[in-house]
Amino acid sequence: MKQGKIENSEPDTMTATENLSAERTPVISVKNLVKKFGNFVANDHLTFDVFKGEIFGFLGANGAGKTTAMRILCGLSSPTSGELMVSGYDVYKQAELIKRNIGYMSQKFSLYEDMTVAENIRFYAGIYGLSVRQRKEKEQVMLQKLNLESVRDKLIASLPLGWKQKLAFSIALLHDPKIIFLDEPTGGVDPITRRQFWDLIYEAAAEGKTIFVTTHYMDEAEYCSRVSIMVDGRIAALDTPDVLKKQFGADNMNGVFLQLARSATRTD
Amino acid sequence: MRTIKYILQKEFIQVLRNKTMLRMIIMLPLMQMLVLVFAATYDLKNVDVYVVDQDLSDASRGLVNHFEASPFFNIHDASFDLEDGMNQLKKEESDFILVIPPDFERSLVRDDKVGVQLLINAIDGNKASLIYQYTRSIISGYNKEVIMKWKSLPEFNPPMRVEFSDSYWFNPELDYKWYMAPGILSILVTIIGMFLSGMNLVREKEMGTIEQLNVTPIKKWQFMVGKLLPFLVIALLDLAFGLVIARVVFNLPIEGSLVLLFGFGALYLVGVLGLGLFISTVTETQQQVMFITFFFMMVFILMGGVFTPVESMPHWAQQLNRINPIYYFIRIMRMVSLKGSGFGDLIQEFFSLTVIGISFLSLAIWRYRKTS
Repeated sequence: MKQGKIENSEPDTMTATENLSAERTPVISVKNLVKKFGNFVANDHLTFDVFKGEIFGFLGANGAGKTTAMRILCGLSSPTSGELMVSGYDVYKQAELIKRNIGYMSQKFSLYEDMTVAENIRFYAGIYGLSVRQRKEKEQVMLQKLNLESVRDKLIASLPLGWKQKLAFSIALLHDPKIIFLDEPTGGVDPITRRQFWDLIYEAAAEGKTIFVTTHYMDEAEYCSRVSIMVDGRIAALDTPDVLKKQFGADNMNGVFLQLARSATRTD
Repeated sequence: MRTIKYILQKEFIQVLRNKTMLRMIIMLPLMQMLVLVFAATYDLKNVDVYVVDQDLSDASRGLVNHFEASPFFNIHDASFDLEDGMNQLKKEESDFILVIPPDFERSLVRDDKVGVQLLINAIDGNKASLIYQYTRSIISGYNKEVIMKWKSLPEFNPPMRVEFSDSYWFNPELDYKWYMAPGILSILVTIIGMFLSGMNLVREKEMGTIEQLNVTPIKKWQFMVGKLLPFLVIALLDLAFGLVIARVVFNLPIEGSLVLLFGFGALYLVGVLGLGLFISTVTETQQQVMFITFFFMMVFILMGGVFTPVESMPHWAQQLNRINPIYYFIRIMRMVSLKGSGFGDLIQEFFSLTVIGISFLSLAIWRYRKTS
């Protein structure tokens, strides 16, 4: 439904964003975010808003500054300057309040490999203060949905990567966060599992959760409500995939990305 | 509190599932107690003596017999040639040379006094002075025997003399193992605690799981306490295990209260684990933790008085020991187990360890950053 609304608006970046902000207040609001590591400017005056229920795609070549920006929004890294609000809280002063309202799945796989599925669920549910009853309910629903009931007592280390990723995503949702940050969640996963993973993302978005996702896969970019493409620490383009394709005269997001990324001077 | 409970649960699951770690936790106390305590002994035995007896009289043979009868000495070789003895001393075949001059018996009878010469290999100063002490006591035994013989002769008045009798307190048989066991146990508890806690936290960094924890609303102190408690419990279990071995194998007396011993153990471990955790907050890999922890441990252990009495260290070193937690713990272990010291005797140590514990733990909590 969001897609539809956006498509009806004029194919102009500013107008699309303005229309959206007129309808809803942003859940993530970033103004002039700058992050420097010494002389290196990882994020150069980023400005964007993300709205409730959106799947916001964060694209860019390696080293473009995607992960840096995401880590700042999660409170894992502190910004050099800029105004940032996440879920209505100030990133500088209320980082711990933000943490109650967000879920995060990092690039590096981050469940405990030497613990079972159930033990991981118990640990994270416990940390977020879920009651035993809540946890048991969620665990059952989650494992049923993922069709992983049979591996409940298996060590994470023994599961294939795709299963782990789906589990990690579901565990990041345990405490009902309003916003979920996914850092390249489908890296190294087969196409079928990738498809299933995106079904999970859609489902979460349909429940009103906001998804902030970085990716390298251009087919995944097509699935997003809006996409921002970063080049050399700056946002080079930001709009719905359809608008971007028209704007750059490309058939698919791959074409859009290549046109923008070619101008990049930074590589790994 | 509930959060801490879940962290503890997770840590214990991980430790118990790690077979290598588990084996270390069990093997380390066994090895240290059964091998190190025996090996790290200052007891003097089997000292090789080279005898140069240039008198070959009844009297000189009597003296040599005294050495032969002693359990500490062993007549390795004998000749008239001092040169030959010196060669053996250089080759480390003999530990010391006893030179009895040619007129030994004559002087003894005529002048009532005579000298013998001792040439001791003093590369190990401690051992050399021990050899000297033992030799003196053998010679004074010999003296007594000579006096006794003459006393029985008529018209002989023995000179007036002060006799002294000694008794050793707290370790009456001077069993070196009793002295070493509490010290080695202190080291053991330190190694287990410091390495396990330091490596554990940095392992989460290496695996990337720490990121996942840092985006949770977990509080810094909860996280640190959750990381500290499991290893405190494990280290205390090892302390108990080590004490059982000491009691059974060395018959170590535990005169004082066990509650006091374990209470101090826990207090001590807060400091040591706090330091371990602090080290892991400033490092990125397990390798770095190993190096830094090893450095601190070497300094702490060698300064702490396990092998050498702190009282004989230079003044500045003794001052430095005020911030060395292991120094206090070794003292406490020895005082409680051998002397039966109570809390009243250890107030000074209690305050020092409390200050050290609070400082190291606070430092670790302060330095741990959820946001880099």
